[in-house]
Amino acid sequence: MITWSALLKRFISDPVAIIAGFVLLLLILMAAFAPLIAPQNPYDLMQIDVMDSDMPPSWKPGGDPRFWLGTDSQGRGVLSTIMYGTGISLLIGIGAVIVQGVLGITLGLIAGYKGGWIDSFLMRLADIQMSLSTLMIAIIVLALFQAAFDPSVYAEYAIFMLIFIIGIAEWPKFARTVRASVLGEKNKEYVDAARVIGLPARKVMWGHILPNAMTPVLVISTIQVAEAIMTEAALSFLGLGMPVNKPSLGSLIRSGFEYIFSGSWWITFYPALVLIALILALNLLGDWLRDVMNPKLRRGDE
Amino acid sequence: MHIIAFLLRRAVQAVIVMFVISLIGFSIQDNLGDPLRELVGQSVSEAERDLMREDMGLNDPFLSQYARFLGHAVQGDLGNSYFFKRPAIAVIMDKFPATFELVLGSVLIFLTVSIPAGIYCAIHRNSWLTRFIMSASILGISVPVFLTAIFMVWIFGVELGWLPAYGRGATYELPWGWDTGFLTLDGLKHLILPCVTLSSIMLPLFIRLIRAEMMEAMGTDYVRFARAKGLSTTRVRYVHAFRNTLLPVVTVGGLMIGTLIAYTILTETVFQWPGMGFLFLEAVNRVDTPLIIAYIIVVGLIFVIVNTMVDFIYTLINPMVKLPGAKA
Repeated sequence: MITWSALLKRFISDPVAIIAGFVLLLLILMAAFAPLIAPQNPYDLMQIDVMDSDMPPSWKPGGDPRFWLGTDSQGRGVLSTIMYGTGISLLIGIGAVIVQGVLGITLGLIAGYKGGWIDSFLMRLADIQMSLSTLMIAIIVLALFQAAFDPSVYAEYAIFMLIFIIGIAEWPKFARTVRASVLGEKNKEYVDAARVIGLPARKVMWGHILPNAMTPVLVISTIQVAEAIMTEAALSFLGLGMPVNKPSLGSLIRSGFEYIFSGSWWITFYPALVLIALILALNLLGDWLRDVMNPKLRRGDE
Repeated sequence: MHIIAFLLRRAVQAVIVMFVISLIGFSIQDNLGDPLRELVGQSVSEAERDLMREDMGLNDPFLSQYARFLGHAVQGDLGNSYFFKRPAIAVIMDKFPATFELVLGSVLIFLTVSIPAGIYCAIHRNSWLTRFIMSASILGISVPVFLTAIFMVWIFGVELGWLPAYGRGATYELPWGWDTGFLTLDGLKHLILPCVTLSSIMLPLFIRLIRAEMMEAMGTDYVRFARAKGLSTTRVRYVHAFRNTLLPVVTVGGLMIGTLIAYTILTETVFQWPGMGFLFLEAVNRVDTPLIIAYIIVVGLIFVIVNTMVDFIYTLINPMVKLPGAKA
C-alpha cells in the first residue's frame, strides 16, 4: 500500500495518466452539469424544432452556429444529446460496478474466510458464470425481458435492469480478487488477535480483513467501470438497452447509424468518439493504477 | 482407458448443462406469449379456446408438459417459428453457415496476425514496433466491436466505396446444402469487413497473451538448457518456447467462445449479415418464442461442444495435465 502523497507524485510524473485523468474529469463534469451547460435540453419538446433537423457541424456548409456538432433527424443538437447521454452511460457503469462490488466483496470474503465447501461451491459457480460471458447473459436476459413486457414498461425499468444484470453477471471478478487477498491475510497475527478477543466472524471479515484487501478492489473497479460502460453501449446499440427517449451513448449511436448511409455521419461519429474517449481514459487509468499499486507486477511485465 | 473415463465425465457434465438450458428454454415457452393465440388469433370463442387448450395439453401439470417438451427437443423438434411457419430448428440451421463462416474467417485472420505479432513483441521487447503494437492494443481493447464495425462500414463501404458493407453477396451451394461465401469472389469481398471487425476485438487480447506467455517461456530452465545444449536460436524460439504458449492460448480461446458468440450478434447487426445472431434479434422483436428458444438451445449446444473439445485438446497437447479421474 502506498500513501496518497506518493500516489499523487507518481500521477504528476506520468503524462499518460494526467491526460487520461483530465479527459475523464472533463467528461464527468460535462455529464454532471449537462442540464446547466448544454446549449439546449434535447428532451424538452419546446426547445427542439424539426426545422433544425439533419444539420452538419457548424463549420461545414449548411451548419448553424447554434449547433456545434450538428443536429439529428429530430432537430436535437448532437452536442446536447452527448452531454446528457454521457451521464446515463456513466450512471449505469458506476451503478453496475457498485452492485458487482457489494456482491463480489461479500461472497469473496465469505469464500476466503470460511473456506471448505462454501468456498469450492462459490468458486465453481464463479468459473461457470465467467465462461458464459456477461454480454451473452445480458443479451439473452434483456431479450426475454423485452419480449415479455410492454415497450413503455420496458423503457421505464431499462436503467435498473441494465445496472442489475451487468452487476450480477460480473460479481466473480471482485469475488476472486477479494478471496485471493483474504487467503493472504487471514493467517496473519492481527486477524488471530481480533478473533481471540471474541469478535464475531462478521466483524473480523468486514472490519479487520477487508480494509487490508481493498487495494486490488480499487484497481479492478476502474477497469470494471470501463467494461460495464462498454457492455451497456453494446446492449443499447442492439436495441436491448436504454430507450431512444432516454438515450445513453450506445442508444445515440444506434439511432444515428442508419443516417450514415445518407451522409449524416456526425450523428454517430461524435457520440462514438466520446464513448471511445471515456473507455480509453478509464482503461489507461486502470492500467496505471495497477502498475503503481502492484510494483511486482510491473517488474514482471518488463 | 483414462481418456474414455475423461470423455464420459465430460459427457455427463455436458448433459447436465444442456438439461439446465432446456429447463430455461421450457420456462420461457411456458411464460412468454400464448401459443393458442398465435395459432388461432382472436376470433375463436372462450369455450372453444378452453377445449383446444385441453386438447393441446396446455392444462397438464408442469412436469408432464416439460417431459413432452424435452421429448420433442431431443428429436430436434422445438416447435414451428410463428413468423416463418417452419420448424424453428430448421430456420436456425439455415443461418448457421453464415455465422460459422464469419467466425472461421475472423479466427483465420486473428491467428495469422496475433501469433507473429505476439512472438515479435516478446523477442524484440524494446523496438519501436513493439511499443507501437502494445499501445495500439490498448486502443483496440477500448473500441467496442460495434463501433469498429460502424467505422468499417462508414469508411470502406460508404465514403471510399471499396468493399460491400452489408449482406453475404453471392454464395455457392455445396452438395450437402451448405451455402458458402468462400468460393465466390463476391462472397469473399463481403466477408472481408465483417471478419476483420470480429477479429479486431480478439486481436489485442491474444497479442498480449502470446507475448506474456512467450516471455515467460523464454525465461524457463527448459528453454535455457535447450540453448545451452547448442540448439539454434530459431529452433529454441519456435519449437521449444512457442509450443509452451499454445496451452494458454487454447484455454483462453475456449473461455472466449461465449463472448465471441455475443460479438457475432453485434457484427451481424451492423453488417446485416444473414446469420443466427441477426435472426435472433429479429425473433426478439417479433416475440417469436420458438425461434428464441431454438437459438438459446443451439448456442448452448455450441458452447458445450466447444468447451469439451478445448478441454480435450488441452489434455492432448499438455502431457503434464492428468486427466481428471485418472489414477496417478
